[in-house]
Amino acid sequence: MPLALTIAITHLLTRKRQTAVSMLGVAMGVGFAIAMAAMMQGFQQYFVSKIVDVTPHIVMKDEFRNPPVQPAAMRFSHGALAIRGVRPREELRGIRRARRILSVLSKRQNLAVAPSLQGQVFLRYGSKDVGANLVGIDPDRQRHVSNLESDLIGGSLDHLKTSANGLIIGYGLAGKLGVKMRDTVTAVSPEGVILKMKIVGIFRTGLINLDDGESYALLKKVQILQKRINVVNQLHMRLKNPDAARGVAASIERRYRYRTESWQEANEGVLGVFVIQHAIMYATTGAILIVACFGIFNIISTVIFEKTRDIAILKSMGFEEGDIRTIFLLEGMAVGVAGSLLGWSLGFGLIQLLASIKFDVEGIVKLQGFVLYTSWVHYAIATSAAILSAGFAAYLPARKAARLRPVDIIRGAA
Amino acid sequence: MSDAAIAADVASRAVVEMRGVTRVLPGPVPVTLVRDVNLEVGKGEFVAIVGPSGSGKSSLLYLLGLLDAPSEGEIYLQGRQTSSLDDHELARLRLEKLGFVFQFHFLLPEFDALTNVMVPIRRLGKLTGKASRARARELLAAFGLEEAADKRPGQLSGGMRQRVAIARALANDPLIILADEPTGNLDQKSGGNVFDIFERLVDDTGATIITVTHDQELAARTHRTITIVDGVIHADEKTK
Repeated sequence: MPLALTIAITHLLTRKRQTAVSMLGVAMGVGFAIAMAAMMQGFQQYFVSKIVDVTPHIVMKDEFRNPPVQPAAMRFSHGALAIRGVRPREELRGIRRARRILSVLSKRQNLAVAPSLQGQVFLRYGSKDVGANLVGIDPDRQRHVSNLESDLIGGSLDHLKTSANGLIIGYGLAGKLGVKMRDTVTAVSPEGVILKMKIVGIFRTGLINLDDGESYALLKKVQILQKRINVVNQLHMRLKNPDAARGVAASIERRYRYRTESWQEANEGVLGVFVIQHAIMYATTGAILIVACFGIFNIISTVIFEKTRDIAILKSMGFEEGDIRTIFLLEGMAVGVAGSLLGWSLGFGLIQLLASIKFDVEGIVKLQGFVLYTSWVHYAIATSAAILSAGFAAYLPARKAARLRPVDIIRGAA
Repeated sequence: MSDAAIAADVASRAVVEMRGVTRVLPGPVPVTLVRDVNLEVGKGEFVAIVGPSGSGKSSLLYLLGLLDAPSEGEIYLQGRQTSSLDDHELARLRLEKLGFVFQFHFLLPEFDALTNVMVPIRRLGKLTGKASRARARELLAAFGLEEAADKRPGQLSGGMRQRVAIARALANDPLIILADEPTGNLDQKSGGNVFDIFERLVDDTGATIITVTHDQELAARTHRTITIVDGVIHADEKTK
């Protein structure tokens, strides 16, 4: 073992309690960082995978991002032009030439597309009136763009076609209405159309707003209910590679001009919260590590204070500033490394503990406990942060120690 | 004479030489520790520096040991000017050429005697781990400390500690051994033992030893006594 390391480790071992306390400080920082990262990333990945699984990757809507350009502005495209009192024309909503777009898009590789018509309805059962979003779908196409079929906890997608007025509703919605499979509910649209519909499927996605407020019926039935025959107001798409959604959505929007949202854009708010979550995590872990740093700073300073004579004699024997600095830096690093290793087991233990806790949460998603994601990256990041800060905490006193002039100490001691 | 020739000339006569060395501690009231000292110590000399306390004898020793730098004047070690050397070179010189023994043993308290003696050997790094261990054992044995090898300084008597410290000072076969009141903390018998060792080293191995002491009796055992008063050499006499 190199001499400096021998001396460093001996210094630490002769102060077992102080060393242990400093190590524990580092271990807490590392352990909590690992556990928190597992918890956060676990939840985030679960959430993202839910979104990616359940909702379409890309939705084309029957609206435009920007208002249409006025003819005058087209004519004088470089002029200063102000038009007052422009009132948007009320148009029949819906994606025009949807059938054509559908057939073009469905020829694309790695992309599945399905038409739908979204509209509000009241579902009435007994004395209960519940508002819901009713989505008209084409079951044969729909099964390729969402996991609706596998999310069904009762009934099947094909029953939409085989029963007269089939309706598939969310698990939460069914609870609110108090309906079971094969019950008949009354659907009332804002257009005043009333339709008796039979529950032929109940789904459960784990995303609360879907489970509590979404229902599906055949596209044709919804077109009748909404009095919008042959109208499609959304195209749902699913990609082989969900991460490419942003780019694909943008290219589709450029071509058809209809507002086309990727799942990332649609969930920007939630994904933004993740950034804040990360910031909170780093801040908390950083704070723990800073406290740990004070511990390291403290022990190294104490050692140096007690060891001024040793430092003097080492320097008189021909040790240089760098050698002395190395000794005390090594001491700090040793605390950092040992603390990190201890922190690994602490983090691992915490993850096991968290995994064993069961509870029900209904937030944006429904959970029965923590979703944990363990990765060596968390361990690596926490460890390097700990060792870096340990080194920094040790550096300041180590530098001071290295600068001690032996003659001052020997003079003082004699 | 050319510079090189002067250097060679000095080297032949003196292992260490001071020329017009003055050391002033700066401060609101500057304190002069050593004033205009000219001194030459030849190879194999056994020198005592004596004087009343506060006279500057220890300061002179630290200057000779390159632990302190003169405010004025020059110190030559084996004819080599030391004022132009940087910290790294000075540390190297201390490691290779100088061995210190202080009033307090200054052994590293956490390490056993053997390891303490091995520290400078390992720092120099010329010997392998095994060889440096053997060398350290040999040194301890030379001072009758075989039994003490695996004991920590706290478990040794004052005299034994000081002997371990001398063994450590000798670890790298230094050119000069510098001792600062090496017997100051010892009873008369142990103090006498330390000087026995010094005498043996000078007689048997031709070592150069410069020791600060205030014990006239022990000073009388050296070959040359330099008396310092108020930072100035008051007397410099050969006693043997």
